[in-house]
Amino acid sequence: MTTVRTPSPSVLPAHRTDGRNRARSGRRLDRAFSGLTLTAGLTILATLVGVVLATATFAWPAFRAGGIGFFTGTTWSSQTNTFGALPMIYGTVVTAVIAIILAVPASLGVALFLTEVCPRRLRGPIVALIDLLAAIPSVVFGLVGVLAFHNVFQTVFRAITGPKANGSSLLTAGIILAFMIIPIITSIPREGIATVPGHHREASYALGATRWEVLRTAILPAGSGGITGAVMLGLGRALGETIAVALVVGSAIQITPDITQPGTTMAEIIANRFNGEGMGIERNALMGLGVVLFMITIAVNVAARVVVNRAQRRNAGT
Amino acid sequence: MTDTALLPKPSTQPGFGPVLEPSQRTDVRAKTVSAGRRRTDKVATIALWCAVLAAVVPLGAVITVLVAKGFGVVNWHFLTSDIPSVTGQTTAACRDITPAFRAKYGINCSPPAPGMGPAIVGTLISTGLAAALAIPIGILGAVYCNEIGVRTRLASAIRFFADVMIGVPSIVMGMFIYTAWVVRFGTNGRSAFAAALALACLMLPIVLRSAEEMLRLVPDELRHANLALGGRPSQGVIRVVLPAALPGLISGSLLAVARAAGETAPVLFTIGVTLSLNTSPFGENTTLAQQIFSGAKSGLPLANQLAWGAAFTLVAIVFGLSALARFVASRSSKVQKG
Repeated sequence: MTTVRTPSPSVLPAHRTDGRNRARSGRRLDRAFSGLTLTAGLTILATLVGVVLATATFAWPAFRAGGIGFFTGTTWSSQTNTFGALPMIYGTVVTAVIAIILAVPASLGVALFLTEVCPRRLRGPIVALIDLLAAIPSVVFGLVGVLAFHNVFQTVFRAITGPKANGSSLLTAGIILAFMIIPIITSIPREGIATVPGHHREASYALGATRWEVLRTAILPAGSGGITGAVMLGLGRALGETIAVALVVGSAIQITPDITQPGTTMAEIIANRFNGEGMGIERNALMGLGVVLFMITIAVNVAARVVVNRAQRRNAGT
Repeated sequence: MTDTALLPKPSTQPGFGPVLEPSQRTDVRAKTVSAGRRRTDKVATIALWCAVLAAVVPLGAVITVLVAKGFGVVNWHFLTSDIPSVTGQTTAACRDITPAFRAKYGINCSPPAPGMGPAIVGTLISTGLAAALAIPIGILGAVYCNEIGVRTRLASAIRFFADVMIGVPSIVMGMFIYTAWVVRFGTNGRSAFAAALALACLMLPIVLRSAEEMLRLVPDELRHANLALGGRPSQGVIRVVLPAALPGLISGSLLAVARAAGETAPVLFTIGVTLSLNTSPFGENTTLAQQIFSGAKSGLPLANQLAWGAAFTLVAIVFGLSALARFVASRSSKVQKG
């Protein structure tokens, strides 16, 4: 915030030259306009509260029937009306962790490359390409992953881990997710790195550091707050990503340590199973999964935003 | 005292001293850099290039596959015809949609060629309605955060929760509208309008945040000038600030529309399904994204082929909107630079 702001406009006497009636009608216009914008702003908060209330109320019967077993149970069956979410929670966490492990080094590499290494002429086109990557709809990633690259994944996995590996698996989902979150994790550190003061860089070079040493000792530490926040934002996105995962994860309700086997995630089972009325209590249970997913992603995003905002404020201060 | 001994001796000839360019890098070929450090530097540079490849190669792969499999499917018939019922009504021969195949064997299909017309119309209706809902509310909310309630706690709360809401999984918005709208209206609840509500929930925070960034770029001098000329604050917003930020507002909104057009999860439970054209915002409808999802899950070659065509169309729409947004933004930055 470097610019000087106008003092709250409503107290400025600038319009006092007007006639009294005009001033009164103008004030009414101002008030109406302020009210309108305030209502629009509050819509955001109202929507979030609405999401919590509506989904939690709807899911309540399933939470009450399942109790703690809803979170610890490992079977999900509409025949016996037992709904245990552990396989979904497991799959969600595993796919998101795989995505983060793969995406973080790549994203940091891209951010460093764009700000420090890239020839000036290449920078614009590469940024545009990464924006395009972010613009590809999730369902298209899923379609390509399941119809075009299923066999490629299967062949590669089998070559590495043995003949039981499946092309639709937790690992496939993690890889696809990694591609989807690279643009998110790249953008915030890029801002942070771009604001590292030039003299930090120059001082390191002057001390005889090689380029890599400059990046490691001068650039990365200065951007670390933004990087942490960006990774958490990417994590939030990976946890909640639905359609691409629903197509490539294999849809098997099981907990397996072998990540080349099919699995499930919370969002996956909702997308593939939820078909509305006439589902009985499974509908409430799936809604319950939605509530759990919402709470987890809200927590991750709130934490991420706090970290990112703090980092951005610090960058703006320097 | 020992420290100064380590410094290089000042050059005796003035003008020939070790003048460093501001960003002059240590020459890694210099003898003073050890072989190990030189190797690390080289490996790191290669790794950075690889990182860029890792981001760009999948993009290339996705686009290549889309063009290879989808481009041939898309033609006028495809864009306008009804979606075929793939549950067994279509005869086996008609499942192959390439016109060459049908011409070769003299097959007459009725309907003549399956397409995605209803899904394209459904996508346009639901996304258009969502834009009509979310863009005005989002921009007005941004006006509150940056103009009316600037520096109030409420404004920063709205800003913070808009950021958080951007990270909420889109499927949650679909479930929200399902419980809050669809369930209440029973069998009539699913419609393009319900889907638009879910998409609007998704777009709203994106529009608000991008609009706010654009309003922030408007110089304060314009606001001061309005007040100095006796303008009301609200007049200043409507006649001065918003027009000044207009290109940025358009480009940000277009990006949000592009994002919503490609979304599947919020639409799944809210729009229902239809195979024939429905131009009304009410009554069950379908979108391209939804058809791609069901086509990708299907085992039938025709459904897969239609999904490729739909995906090609959808990506063309989304990229078109993004390109338009970029164009508007670049035009405006040129205008601002003068």
